[in-house]
Amino acid sequence: MRSFSYERATSPGAAAAAAAGTANAKFIAGGTNLLDLMKLEIETPAHLIDVNGLALDRIEDTADGGLRVGALVRNTDLAADARVRRDYGVLSRALLAGASGQLRNKATTAGNLLQRTRCPYFYDTNLPCNKRKPGSGCAAIGGFSRQHAVVGASEACIATHPSDMAVAMRALDAVVETVRPDGAARSIPIAELHRLPGDSPEIETTLQPGELITAVALPKPVGGTQAYRKVRDRASYAFALVSVAAIVQGDGTGRVALGGVAHKPWRVEAAEAELPRGAKAVTARLLADAKPTKDNAYKLPLAERALAAVLREARG
Amino acid sequence: MQISGRLELSRRHLLIVGAASLAASSIATPRPAAAQPAATGAPVMTRVSFDVNGETHQLELDTRTTLLDALREHLHLTGTKKGCDHGQCGACTVIVDGRRINSCLTLAVMHQGDEITTIEGLGTPDGLHPLQAAFIEQDGYQCGYCTPGQICSAVAVLAEVKAGIPSHVTADLNAPVRLTNAELRERMSGNICRCGAYSNIAEAISEVAGRSA
Repeated sequence: MRSFSYERATSPGAAAAAAAGTANAKFIAGGTNLLDLMKLEIETPAHLIDVNGLALDRIEDTADGGLRVGALVRNTDLAADARVRRDYGVLSRALLAGASGQLRNKATTAGNLLQRTRCPYFYDTNLPCNKRKPGSGCAAIGGFSRQHAVVGASEACIATHPSDMAVAMRALDAVVETVRPDGAARSIPIAELHRLPGDSPEIETTLQPGELITAVALPKPVGGTQAYRKVRDRASYAFALVSVAAIVQGDGTGRVALGGVAHKPWRVEAAEAELPRGAKAVTARLLADAKPTKDNAYKLPLAERALAAVLREARG
Repeated sequence: MQISGRLELSRRHLLIVGAASLAASSIATPRPAAAQPAATGAPVMTRVSFDVNGETHQLELDTRTTLLDALREHLHLTGTKKGCDHGQCGACTVIVDGRRINSCLTLAVMHQGDEITTIEGLGTPDGLHPLQAAFIEQDGYQCGYCTPGQICSAVAVLAEVKAGIPSHVTADLNAPVRLTNAELRERMSGNICRCGAYSNIAEAISEVAGRSA
């Protein structure tokens, strides 16, 4: 690990200003992904700004009947919150499907959104990776790509976003709240937070340098039957090959987002109009632009079958 | 106030170490704490104090020191094990402010004022924690390397179930949690045992859970 200086932030605005005004600075909250990557020298910050002391660890009711989840709320606490369990079941389920008990106790809401891909070529510093070293190439393309993206990828990168929580939040139309280095606040719909790789896969979000996530707002509950189905190589403590976050209403309408298939949580609102016609029709539309490799083409039928199982369960 | 006094001292230290590189830097640094000693690649030392098993410790550490290394290398509490050092195996599990975490994936400096419990704080050879006794009774290990992490994790799992925290296999998110074998295995999935003593580990935890239920 490279050496770094360290400070404890005193306010969100001061943290954002410090991050923008210090060369190669990074925020640290749970640290479960950042420290892993720092040990491998994939992340090499010269300065860490510890935001754990900021009072961003509460879940509050909002005026419009929703919830505002502080950026530092731990994954365990968000999943276990009685309001989340009752009204946002897809979010509790997605959180509980991710990582281990130890990691969920430390990992934060904002950190979960900003975690980096688990592409094995991103992790292997002996091989080219445009995300790790822009311009060096992509070892996953033409490599062993069964875990990789089937849709929205590019010639530069076929990595997936690893979060389960973000997939549920995409289905819930969550809004990410931030503070910028100049102290101004802004709100970013979660659909616009994560970027597709294009020719700059090293830029993963639309956050500006130094911009700090302070909260994630959940709109008022939409009801319905909510489910998160995750398909992985082992029954627990593994990243998704394919996951489905779904909210299904009594009249057959609903929302669907997929994890494990793209560089961001994958949702196409137009595909949801097909829900009354079943999983095949929905996934045909949702993954219409898919360009799988021979290793990961299985994800297309897997997504359809995972959604079919969710719909069957939801409709009793 | 004692804490902020120590912080000031550490920041002054950072500033002195960083002065040379700061002078050469074209980047505007608005605050002293944003000085950049790390740009030189030299270790950056900082002070931190926390309680381990009821005893307060003050340490001066390289900022890079993980909580795991602070416990093992600086406090010589070697019960907590280093397995993968990447949060995948659970051998380093300790309990911080009542919650189990991977001590390898957190910096010691981030634990100012925290209360940390390691395997050494759970029981003694003459006064075993009920889970330590149950692991012996049920033969819940072979080589023993993962055992301290398994036991710290299990102690926290029982508290999590008592607190009503659901898991991936909990059928009804809005009903009380019962510690079935499936629940136990899911909740312990962050602790790997390469000897494969899982069924006996599950027996040991069930035995204690049944007793305390």
